[in-house]
Amino acid sequence: MGWSASCINPFPASSHLLVAINMSKHLKSSQIPLRKQKRAWLGNEKARCVLAYYGLQKPPYELDALEPYMSRKTLEMHWGKHHRGYLEGLNKQLAKSDVLYGYTMEELVKVTYNSGNPFPEFNNAAQVWNHDFFWESMQPGGGNEPILGLLQQIEMDFGSFTNFKEKFIEAALSLLGSGWVWLVLKRNEKRLEVVKTSNAISPLLWDDIPIISLDMWEHAYYLDYKNEKGKYVDVFMNHLVSWNMAMLRMARAQSFVNLAEPKIPVA
Amino acid sequence: MALRTLATRRRLGLGLGFQSIRGLQTFSLPDLPYDYGALEPAISGEIMQLHHQKHHQTYITNYNKALEQLDAAMAKGDAPTVVKLQSAIKFNGGGHVNHSIFWKNLAPVREGGGEPPKGSLGSTIDTNFGSLEALIQKMNAEGAAVQGSGWVWLGVDKELKKLVIETTANQDPLVTKGSLVPLLGIDVWEHAYYLQYKNVRPDYLKNIWKVMNWKYASEVYEKECP
Repeated sequence: MGWSASCINPFPASSHLLVAINMSKHLKSSQIPLRKQKRAWLGNEKARCVLAYYGLQKPPYELDALEPYMSRKTLEMHWGKHHRGYLEGLNKQLAKSDVLYGYTMEELVKVTYNSGNPFPEFNNAAQVWNHDFFWESMQPGGGNEPILGLLQQIEMDFGSFTNFKEKFIEAALSLLGSGWVWLVLKRNEKRLEVVKTSNAISPLLWDDIPIISLDMWEHAYYLDYKNEKGKYVDVFMNHLVSWNMAMLRMARAQSFVNLAEPKIPVA
Repeated sequence: MALRTLATRRRLGLGLGFQSIRGLQTFSLPDLPYDYGALEPAISGEIMQLHHQKHHQTYITNYNKALEQLDAAMAKGDAPTVVKLQSAIKFNGGGHVNHSIFWKNLAPVREGGGEPPKGSLGSTIDTNFGSLEALIQKMNAEGAAVQGSGWVWLGVDKELKKLVIETTANQDPLVTKGSLVPLLGIDVWEHAYYLQYKNVRPDYLKNIWKVMNWKYASEVYEKECP
């Protein structure tokens, strides 16, 4: 294939971005025994070309940990086929040239969106990021209500937690076609809002900070709930959504958005 | 006298299950011209039943609701509401239009499903695309490339009298892409194939041609291009 068998991965396994060095241009024949290849690689400092590719992140729980609300079968398909498919598609696209190398996934999404004129890599990159975010937005034993500062912020921006829940569910059910529903912290308005987006779009693209997301593509719920979207959304709100992760994200967001600032009107 | 009026009204609607009572339009679910299991193994009976009884019915229900609300808003002259309802009408009405065509596009094998087109459509396909296989390949490629939900169509341009392959997003009907008449449409929403083919949309696209009703497509084509 072109990869030297002794290629050392300098990055730890948990890292998302992996870089490998293609030595195939050096080796005159693939018939060279492994030992000689190793020596050739170690002796040769200059790599002819560097390829970057991203690794697939696992959800932070076992694939059957969300049963009975999201079946293992769904996780196997959704993560193992769809999410992995987007990632492998992205890596294949990136193999063509190194123009888009060196970005974190979040940066790559924004760059490939190209302010509304997306590159072909956008769909794959955005969906990889969206799904990473989605798995982390859920947890076994999720649901219930947030506490402390996040609850206070929700009550301030929506009136009550029940009101927020209704708004979120309504957005999910009124989404036309494939898309996502988000609880997002708006950077400029300095408040939480519920936002729905189509296909692979996410609030990252207008620089807002997502806190929670729900995948409303049909593949996310069809195996478990068929056409009954309402049941799926209810189950997500009551049993899956990870308010712990949401609190973490809010805490991090407050490094970028000063929520404590009073809203002083400009004279 | 009232009965005769009702009977006349029933003939309207272009086969879309349209009924007009007291001036208010309502649409109803058209029956499938075959059993749910008749398209197996290309499309499973479970999918056909869900697709017809749940998805299509939901589009119709929501379409009727939207039309009712539109009626009320227009009567009041409530322009913002009229405009706001447009997306619901396009989505649900489009869903009804598209699926009504879709059911007619499919036929069980024993009723001619999968049989290649003869007559003028067959020869036009050979002229425009080279061969039927080439057309199928192109349509499948376009269908597989649709991001998110949508449809892939074989249509005929009313003015140029040419065959075209087009894709539409979500439930947009083919007419939104120009003065095109749909001959064949393939639903590439995930609900159309997920239970059977999971994420392998290309397999669904390959197999659906085995139950494609070219007779219907030829009829429509010959009407447009006599």
